[in-house]
Amino acid sequence: MLNQGTMTLIDLANPTRFLALTARVLPWLAGATVILLAIGLYQAALAPDDYQQGATVKIMFIHVPNAWLSMFVWGVMSLASLGTLVWRHPLADVAAKAAAPIGAAFTFLALVTGSLWGRPMWGTYWEWDARLTSVLILFLMYLGLIALWRAVEDPSRAARAAAVLTLVGAINLPIIKFSVDWWNTLHQPASVVRMGGSTLDRSFLIPLLVMAIGFTLLFLTLHLAAMRNEILRRRVRSLQMMQASRQAA
Amino acid sequence: MSLGPYASFIVTSYLSAAVVIAVLIAWVAIDYGSQKRRLRQLEEGGVARRSGRSATDFK
Repeated sequence: MLNQGTMTLIDLANPTRFLALTARVLPWLAGATVILLAIGLYQAALAPDDYQQGATVKIMFIHVPNAWLSMFVWGVMSLASLGTLVWRHPLADVAAKAAAPIGAAFTFLALVTGSLWGRPMWGTYWEWDARLTSVLILFLMYLGLIALWRAVEDPSRAARAAAVLTLVGAINLPIIKFSVDWWNTLHQPASVVRMGGSTLDRSFLIPLLVMAIGFTLLFLTLHLAAMRNEILRRRVRSLQMMQASRQAA
Repeated sequence: MSLGPYASFIVTSYLSAAVVIAVLIAWVAIDYGSQKRRLRQLEEGGVARRSGRSATDFK
């Protein structure tokens, strides 16, 4: 069994086999994403008003999954960057590059929905507190990475530079997570993932978890599809180089 | 379901999420079509991979 599992992982290093696997898995992942998000939205619609926040608590069902994914995607990119720098895995850079725009979109949504919740609850769309500022920095780092990949034409050079930048940027993840504990912030402390268990009532916790799983599956679906596109883009580039060298000869 | 006095904030949040996700899905789908079209054009122009297999053959 172990040997079989190892063989499968090695097989996945081959882009053609990875594409074949993606073609089989993507429809199932997309289907599971739609079902979970539909259930999550239905539960979110039926969730009661919070005694303090009123109906604005419904914003949390999309804000929290996006905030969680903004960090999770950078974590995935950090692992992929290790794969690029340490193991030189052929798909590692593809995985990191494909994840960046998706992570940027989730971080953007976390900032926008957080602001839309903050206006009625805090009386302001924005406050330069540690949590909000560190997430804004994360968003700017995503944009910087995307710009770096676009600026450097040679994919292998871009991969190394982006991997180093991603690993340096990973320092921001614990800062975001613990900012609410280390500093006195307007943003409330952790209430779902914390020592001693969640402080949320089940009527809020269950829709929140279903939405979080649904959004995570959405990320996996989009990530696999974007990786497939990136592999095809690199094939286009190598065929164009072959065509150019043939024409030059 | 009543959304109370802050309905516009709640609706805008869900709409913005729907729009951003729709843009992401459209970007991935359009990019896929574009890469496959470019590969087909290159192969029709006589450029082939060293393996001899089609670049869009995933099987």
